[in-house]
Amino acid sequence: MSAKKTPVFVQRRTYRRRRVADGARLLPVFGGILFLIPLLWGGDSAETVADGGRTAWVMTYLFVVWFGLAVLSGILARFLVAEDEGNEEDGES
Amino acid sequence: MVTLNVLVLVCLLYVAFLFAVAFGADRAALVGRGTWLRSPIVYTLSLSIYCTAWTFYGAVGFAARSGLEFVTIYLGPTLVMIGWWWTLRKMVRVGRSQRITSIADLISSRYGKSNTLAVFVTLVAVIGLTPYIALQLQSVTLSFATFAEADPFTDASPSQQSTAFWVAAGLAVFTILFGTRNLDANERHHGVVMAIALEAVVKLFALLAVGVFVVWGLAGGVGETLARIDSSPIARWEVPGSRWVGLTLLSAAAFMCLPRMFQVMVVESEDEDHLRMAAWAFPTYLALMSLFVVPIAVMGLELMPEGANPDLFVLTLPLMNGQEGLAILSFLGGFSSATSMVIVAAIALSTMVSNHIVMPIWLWSTGGGAMVSGDVRSVALLARRLSIAVILFLGYCYFRLSGGGTALAAIGLISFVGVAQFLPALMGGLFWRGATRSGALAGLSVGFVLWLYCLFLPSFGASQVMPYSVMQNGPFGIGWLRPQALFGADGMDPVIHAVMWSVLLNTCTFLGASLLTLPKPIERLQGAQFVNVFQHSQTPGSWSGGLARSEDLMIMSQRIMGASEAQAMFSREARKQGIAGYLPEPTPDFLQTLERELSGSVGAATAHAMISQIVGRATVSVEDLMAVADETAQIMEYSSKLEAKTEEQARTARQLREVNEKLTQISVQKDAFLSQISHELRTPMTSIRSFSEILRDGAGLSEADHSKYASIILEEATRLTRLLDDLLDLSVLENGQVVLNSQTGQLSDMLDRAVSAAGVQDRLRIHRRREAEKITLHTDLDRLAQVFINLISNAGKYCDAADPALTIRPQAENGNLVVDFIDNGPGIPTDQQAMIFEKFSRIGQTKAGGAGLGLAICREIMGRLGGDITYLPGQEGAAFRVVLPLRDDALAQAAQ
Repeated sequence: MSAKKTPVFVQRRTYRRRRVADGARLLPVFGGILFLIPLLWGGDSAETVADGGRTAWVMTYLFVVWFGLAVLSGILARFLVAEDEGNEEDGES
Repeated sequence: MVTLNVLVLVCLLYVAFLFAVAFGADRAALVGRGTWLRSPIVYTLSLSIYCTAWTFYGAVGFAARSGLEFVTIYLGPTLVMIGWWWTLRKMVRVGRSQRITSIADLISSRYGKSNTLAVFVTLVAVIGLTPYIALQLQSVTLSFATFAEADPFTDASPSQQSTAFWVAAGLAVFTILFGTRNLDANERHHGVVMAIALEAVVKLFALLAVGVFVVWGLAGGVGETLARIDSSPIARWEVPGSRWVGLTLLSAAAFMCLPRMFQVMVVESEDEDHLRMAAWAFPTYLALMSLFVVPIAVMGLELMPEGANPDLFVLTLPLMNGQEGLAILSFLGGFSSATSMVIVAAIALSTMVSNHIVMPIWLWSTGGGAMVSGDVRSVALLARRLSIAVILFLGYCYFRLSGGGTALAAIGLISFVGVAQFLPALMGGLFWRGATRSGALAGLSVGFVLWLYCLFLPSFGASQVMPYSVMQNGPFGIGWLRPQALFGADGMDPVIHAVMWSVLLNTCTFLGASLLTLPKPIERLQGAQFVNVFQHSQTPGSWSGGLARSEDLMIMSQRIMGASEAQAMFSREARKQGIAGYLPEPTPDFLQTLERELSGSVGAATAHAMISQIVGRATVSVEDLMAVADETAQIMEYSSKLEAKTEEQARTARQLREVNEKLTQISVQKDAFLSQISHELRTPMTSIRSFSEILRDGAGLSEADHSKYASIILEEATRLTRLLDDLLDLSVLENGQVVLNSQTGQLSDMLDRAVSAAGVQDRLRIHRRREAEKITLHTDLDRLAQVFINLISNAGKYCDAADPALTIRPQAENGNLVVDFIDNGPGIPTDQQAMIFEKFSRIGQTKAGGAGLGLAICREIMGRLGGDITYLPGQEGAAFRVVLPLRDDALAQAAQ
């Protein structure tokens, strides 16, 4: 309705806020990709000496990524403001 | 040594403690002191019911069997949670703005408040969650059995099945006591949420304690633990990609679709902003819960004897190492996980069953007319309690049927795939306005059937429900219909196989059917409100009580029922309450009446939602609701307005044309009259002047001439006076200055008088019916006689038939005297009939010397007398109808 009247250029602060929202949307995609990476290490070969083939190594990696994502999510959540959300559906900046 | 009795005692004490916490929280919420109940940390902890006994015991078992794969079950929810801005926020907002009570309610609400859909979702959820509840029973039973084995004082350990039965019964009672003590209008349970938040702390603490004990107590430090992992049977990272991805996606879907998750995440949500904390705290919680799973599994595999159930390592490792306190803590952790899950799941499911199945049936069977609000509440409570018992009984049955020997994780995954079938309808409903009810129903049906066929039924084992031959060769030997190798998808993991086919075909059917079918208006309405929820509820406000609510209800009702109907209904209700004006108190009775009224317009489910939106602790304004309702209402209003306007314009144009015609005619008449009247005035004046001159100058006039001229002057002066009298009379009548003298007389006498006064007897035959004229009149007889004289003399003047005749026909009709005057002349042309009562109107170039005031005066007189005079078309000649009320009071009224 009124959302159609979205201005083409918005203030720097609004712009920042929208990019934070974009970041929040991208975070699960980013996280998903990080969680998929261990699949690349699947050691088919008999010699499992490589770090990537070890459960312990993958476990360490996963937990580092996991806690990292939680921290990132916390930072983003702090800056996410539910203000001009009415415009976000078609709000280009 | 811990005896079984001690364990039972510990359990009961723990439950009593939880109950006290819940009770205290409920009381605090009741008196409004519970702000700490609504903190984001409580919300986050309540989300941890995702971690059930499956997590507590099953994750270690899962890890012991397939290594790191167990972690996928927690990675999915983590991704959903950190993507809260996208989906969860919308779900919570919709849930709050629509007063959603369950996931079935959300889906049904989105698709036009369809009860069919709600019933279907409820059934799928109940069937889908049965294995999950069985899982909790199994885990508690196993943990009891573990202690029983170690208990030297119990010679005969109780059978697993009887333990499971008592656990189920105990949980049912516990849940009923917890969840259905009162019927909360908002479906919120502060006490329960508080209790499960506490249980979340207990289970995390217990698992971490066991983990710490295992890593530092048994393994001897972090480095040592990692080394032991490397040398364990699960040292190699060899998770199949399909399972890694598939299970992550599955758990993400289940996290959003599980009824109990929906309950704590959406229904119990106090504030959307709580998600902000949950966004990082919940993933952290999950990570902590998973942190020690692999070390415990590895140490269990290393230390425990061959064939020990890996699902119980969390319990058996401390027990075997003599850490009885830790073992009891661990047991309590597992017990917490199981109970919190069962409580919330049973509450969520029982709400769905009672709201969508029992209540509609009950309302339908009792006709809905005789109900009072107290009745409904007690029935709803009873329905919920029974539902809880039935749901737990079903769980117990599944436990019996499946034999209780299956790995916990395998059972849990069956449930996950079942509830994941809601995902297409849920996400489609939240993000796509084109999703329709038929699409949702079709997709859900396909998904549900495939889940039953590919995963649920085979889970009972090959022999019992599904024959071995079907499993191996497909039904009727059709190979490509084999339940675990559908369409030739051979060699796939059964779970991934079921997820792939059911969700894929579910989604395709949902999309296809949505594209092909047309939604009903209410579906579109709801769709708009769901998909555009952020536009419609920018600032959630809250309602103050009292009259403001009534007014809001009225605003809403007016918009839905129409202003006059709503006002009539409200004022009627207000009168019933003994209140003047339009705003009754929002009593339950009134609301019920209003809801019934509204349901006639918008359907029962919506009406209910709309009223509870305002009367309940609503956070969405009526304007928001209306913003959506407007979408259709406005269009309808607009088009009907346009129609009305067009009609009105046409009417106005017609009236204008008529008035214009009349004005033109009047103007023409006036011009004609002016020349006429000046002529009329001038002719006698000229005669008077010239004859006066003759009389003055003519000395030699004879006596006869003298007298003749004088009488001409007199005659002309009389005519002049009569004309001026008429004009004066008319102006007096028109200005309403006339004084009426009410008299009583016979109609026949009056007509006699009028006929003789008109002086037309010699020129006009008058037909009268004496017997019909015996009517007594109470009116101003002189004025009425004036009308009659005028009509009779007009007939004498204008009727140019060879044998002029006038028929006077009186009759009494509906308390009115009706007198028709009909002559046998040519009558009045149709185009002039409208004009004859106007002042100065004269028909054609009449030979009679009237000024055209007679009928105008008649009309004014009849108006004053409370009657009317009209031209009666369609008679043999000119016909006038005089109508006069017979009652005296009518005259009196008219005179005022």
